[in-house]
Amino acid sequence: MPIQTVNVKDVAKKLLNKEELFILDVRNEEDFEDWKIEGDSFEYLNKPYFDLIDGVDPIKDQLPKDKDIVIVCAKGGSSQFVGEMLVEEGFENVYSLEGGMKAWSEHLEPVKIADLTDGGELYQFVRLGKGCLSYMIISGEEAATIDAVRMTDVFIDFAKEKGAKITHALDTHLHADHISGGRRLAKETGATYWLPPKDATEVQFDYQPLNDEEVIQVGSSNIHVHALYSPGHTIGSTSFIVDDQYLMSGDILFVDSIGRPDLAGKAEDWVADLRETLYRRYKEVSSDLYVLPAHFMNNSEMNEDGSVGEKLGNLYQENHGLNVEDEDEFRRMVTENLPPQPNSHQEIRETNMGKISPEDDKQREMEIGPNRCAIK
Amino acid sequence: MTEIKADHVLDSKGLACPMPVVKTRKEIDKLDSGKVLLVEATDPGSKADLKAWSERGGHQYLGVVEDGDVIKHYIRKASEEEANEETTHENKVNNEQLKEKLASGDVTLVDVREPAEYAFGHIPNAISIPFGELEARLDELNKDQEVYVVCRTGNRSDLAAQLLDEKGFEKVYNVVPGMSTWDGDVDSEQSK
Repeated sequence: MPIQTVNVKDVAKKLLNKEELFILDVRNEEDFEDWKIEGDSFEYLNKPYFDLIDGVDPIKDQLPKDKDIVIVCAKGGSSQFVGEMLVEEGFENVYSLEGGMKAWSEHLEPVKIADLTDGGELYQFVRLGKGCLSYMIISGEEAATIDAVRMTDVFIDFAKEKGAKITHALDTHLHADHISGGRRLAKETGATYWLPPKDATEVQFDYQPLNDEEVIQVGSSNIHVHALYSPGHTIGSTSFIVDDQYLMSGDILFVDSIGRPDLAGKAEDWVADLRETLYRRYKEVSSDLYVLPAHFMNNSEMNEDGSVGEKLGNLYQENHGLNVEDEDEFRRMVTENLPPQPNSHQEIRETNMGKISPEDDKQREMEIGPNRCAIK
Repeated sequence: MTEIKADHVLDSKGLACPMPVVKTRKEIDKLDSGKVLLVEATDPGSKADLKAWSERGGHQYLGVVEDGDVIKHYIRKASEEEANEETTHENKVNNEQLKEKLASGDVTLVDVREPAEYAFGHIPNAISIPFGELEARLDELNKDQEVYVVCRTGNRSDLAAQLLDEKGFEKVYNVVPGMSTWDGDVDSEQSK
């Protein structure tokens, strides 16, 4: 008997609506421990499909009958395999997740953040499966992306729907946890790809250097993207102030944590920059700015509408990483006992520098796993 | 790279999970216990999963070789007889004694495991003669010398030692337990 399927968009909706769901994850234990679909109201059972090849008896009694069960695997094949056996056993409430964690990792959920000056719009693209946040500013017939991820079609199609064309692709820094879509966007749309030059000393392609105080105009309106050099996560890390109201903080400052300085192997060198940015540079800008980071770590950072962001003034009150008065304590916090580094971070950096050009499948595989860019 | 010998080959190239494991599950039934199955796959997901499946099923996951896009898994089917820890041959040494012996000089050490087991890790200078071939290859060994016989757990080497004993070898020692707990030097034709 065929099993019903569910797509990642539906699961994303349930997650954002905090609906109940039972997730039967049939990947191996290590992969499940490393990374899974995180929902506040989701229940989980992890049982590898290879323990169920001779039948589903080992789990039959652990599955609910009164709740939808979504079966998840790496790519959608094993969840279907296990699901069909459950259907045979009389379960009517099981669904196989199409495309598995691969699709989940690539799903982007656009959320409108605000209307901007002169009819402009600002959108956040929430990559639920990886905790990456990308942005699009739309103004008239032009659009600019900030920290766009690898799935460039999503951005191109979204802009098209809005009657705009992407003319600028900006990255706050050289990413180490995911593959940037900036360069590909530039290639596919003719947009200008902007990168902070200090992060780009080794890149193998042409880019537009994004210097401190640079102002980029989007469309014919008065929406400005104002660059603010803010090193610490990387030596080149740059923030953007958009339309004088929004602060895109990249991987320097998150809603409930701060950036880590060690992903290029230079924690000790960069910790002073991180301190300077968080405790001085950001204090010089208006505390009314609304901070929009490049990542979130868990769903508790999400607002009711599924967006992630918070006023800078509030972060100075509530974010622990902004409230460590003692410099030595701060140094220890960001250089010792760090979380594990993101999977394949070195290969990802090299891809973003254009030093290696892995196939799409390989790129997918490199990005598997959580982002781990923050220190709490 | 020399091809590692297997008793049986399963082609699961081009198949995505769960198929490599599902097919391996079926195929392994066709093998005699103790024989080695080579599973050729292209799905990177097969790496962790075939290993975990094998170990849970009591099979011995020998190792993996990547040959271009093809991932070659070597799995040795579980053998109940080998779980038996009792040995018959009288002359025995433990791993530590073998280490001392190896350090002291020239020793004839025969590894009677399957070629694939040997390929993924063996004691330096050990001669590979799988137990099934031993009788036919006795002329490769010198009856007057001390001969040490090793396998994974001491079971196959026990049978091998008895065979050598019958054939007139007088100074034969079974190494117990053998490679399963060997922590000395290891040579490998393959990276694991």
